[in-house]
Amino acid sequence: MLAYLLRRLGQSALVLVAVSLIAFMVFRHIGDPTISLLGEDATLEERAALNSELGFDKPVPLQYLNYVGKVVQGDLGISYRLKRPVSEVITERLPATLELALIASLGALGIGVVLGVYTALRSEGWLSRWVMTVSLVGVSLPTFLIGIGLIYLFAVELRWLPSFGRGTTVKVGGWETGLLTASGWSAIILPAITLGFYNMTLIMRLVRAEMLEVLRSDYIRFGRARGLREKDLYFGHALRNTLIPVITIAGLQIGTLIAFSIVTETVFQWPGVGLLFISSIQGVDVPLIAAYLMFIALLYVVINLLVDFLYLAVDPRLRRR
Amino acid sequence: MSDVIHHPAPARRGWRQSDSPVKRAFARSRTVQVASAVLLLIVLATLLAPWLAWQNPFDSASLELNDAFLPPWSEGGHGAFYALGADDQGRDVASAILYGLRMSVLVGVSAVLLSLCIGVPLGLVAGYAGGWFDTLLMRLADVQLTFPVILVAMLILGIVRGVVPEGVREQVAVLVIILAIALSDWVQYARTVRGAVMVEKQKDYVLAAQLIGRSRSAILGRHILPNLLAPILVIAAISFAHAIVAESTLSYLGVGLPPTQPSLGTLIRIGQSFLFSGEWWILLFPSLVLLALALSVNLVGDWLRDALNPKLQ
Repeated sequence: MLAYLLRRLGQSALVLVAVSLIAFMVFRHIGDPTISLLGEDATLEERAALNSELGFDKPVPLQYLNYVGKVVQGDLGISYRLKRPVSEVITERLPATLELALIASLGALGIGVVLGVYTALRSEGWLSRWVMTVSLVGVSLPTFLIGIGLIYLFAVELRWLPSFGRGTTVKVGGWETGLLTASGWSAIILPAITLGFYNMTLIMRLVRAEMLEVLRSDYIRFGRARGLREKDLYFGHALRNTLIPVITIAGLQIGTLIAFSIVTETVFQWPGVGLLFISSIQGVDVPLIAAYLMFIALLYVVINLLVDFLYLAVDPRLRRR
Repeated sequence: MSDVIHHPAPARRGWRQSDSPVKRAFARSRTVQVASAVLLLIVLATLLAPWLAWQNPFDSASLELNDAFLPPWSEGGHGAFYALGADDQGRDVASAILYGLRMSVLVGVSAVLLSLCIGVPLGLVAGYAGGWFDTLLMRLADVQLTFPVILVAMLILGIVRGVVPEGVREQVAVLVIILAIALSDWVQYARTVRGAVMVEKQKDYVLAAQLIGRSRSAILGRHILPNLLAPILVIAAISFAHAIVAESTLSYLGVGLPPTQPSLGTLIRIGQSFLFSGEWWILLFPSLVLLALALSVNLVGDWLRDALNPKLQ
């Protein structure tokens, strides 16, 4: 078990080193920071001064070490477009993205489990067939098309929900939250559905498949023979055994969710890091691109490791290996 | 001598066996018949776009500003007929969709071909030779597969946009997006082909070819590769669907194809700004076409995967 964890840790470290190398090369070799930060008409002396301030006159391996050292300390450089420290801009935008991802994944988990159980128990019913068809269609569509469809229906035609932004936000400590106001909640509904839809269908299919398998197993048959109530049987015995893989998948999907929030945030003009990343690509804001890359990589690695630990905690069989 | 082993008998029989079940499965499934009919229609439309569209929508000289915002099924000045309406610059939406569809399919097909050309040879060599090359390639694949395809494509896009000077960015946009999608997708081919080669190379026909002294490239290209066509075809079909979705998403986000050479995604991006002012046709029709394209490609791809999977037959 220790060997397994160490190997996983090693792989994570490898991913981080690889990504930091890419991020460094992006940061160092694309565009000319002296032009981006000082403008076209800065003098040669000013440029040389900035070059040495940024450490660009030192040997490249040393620059890489410096870059990593700074990143570890939270110094990600200065955005070319916004002329502010990257770490500051990202921390400012982070709450919006995290809240969206949280609501989307909780919603996907809740609705996905309920629909999965339902379609497994009534697998021949018309509602189940309908749900399965809709999920099949939804999975093959681009996310942004689903978002636009929702905007058209609920914001343009019915006028029930807002089509962009976060609504009114409240500051709690350093965290700007939209989850304490009614307008914040009504603003998060459509983006959360758009973002969570794919995961919802994924979880639903997983729960359905696992349930169908568990319901065929001997212990369910014996439970029924013993006279347990159907409700206890389904939710107390069958569902519990399906949840381990579901938790794993849901956990692993959080990273994907954050990445896909780029699309959702663009559709709904949601002021999170995804929208920030897209506008940095459009504006070739190199320090921000590099920083976002490092951020996503770190997030992925941490989530993967957490899921590994969770697996060990939940499934005792793995611990003996 | 070598001609005798040239077309290994087991491979031929394998193909002929899987040939008829595929046809039978096709005859059984109504969904895949409809989906392939739609797909055929779309392919025809992309090939015939210059003749089907009465206007070149991206030649600003042929646009009629007086006809701007004409609703669907209406007649403009000069006897022009706008079956799906006109946009803010008097561009015929139907013609724009035909040209946009052409771009979407072009990018999708090219990206699939390019990632095939990268992934298959790498997978062949890695699976056959093994050793450090195999290890390196698979570690690289592991790192890349950690992240969603769309993110990798976006990153490559960001880097290339940074390298390319600003003036020519629009001209090379098509090449850049093809490259970005292909580079984010080749891993699928490499991994599958590598796995299949490792199975194939144990078989007698490969040992026989080695014994008579066929060269490595001949064994890989002329003996092993033909036996891998079915799995490669399946991945190609599925990754074509992914490429279509990825391209439209990137273009919708404004980092893909520019408004001067729009794909369906770009058209939807443009159309979204008219959603609230009531000109719904500029957004709706491109969206419906993209929906039909994505859905039919996905259905045909999934069907092909199941039909060519010997376990499900």
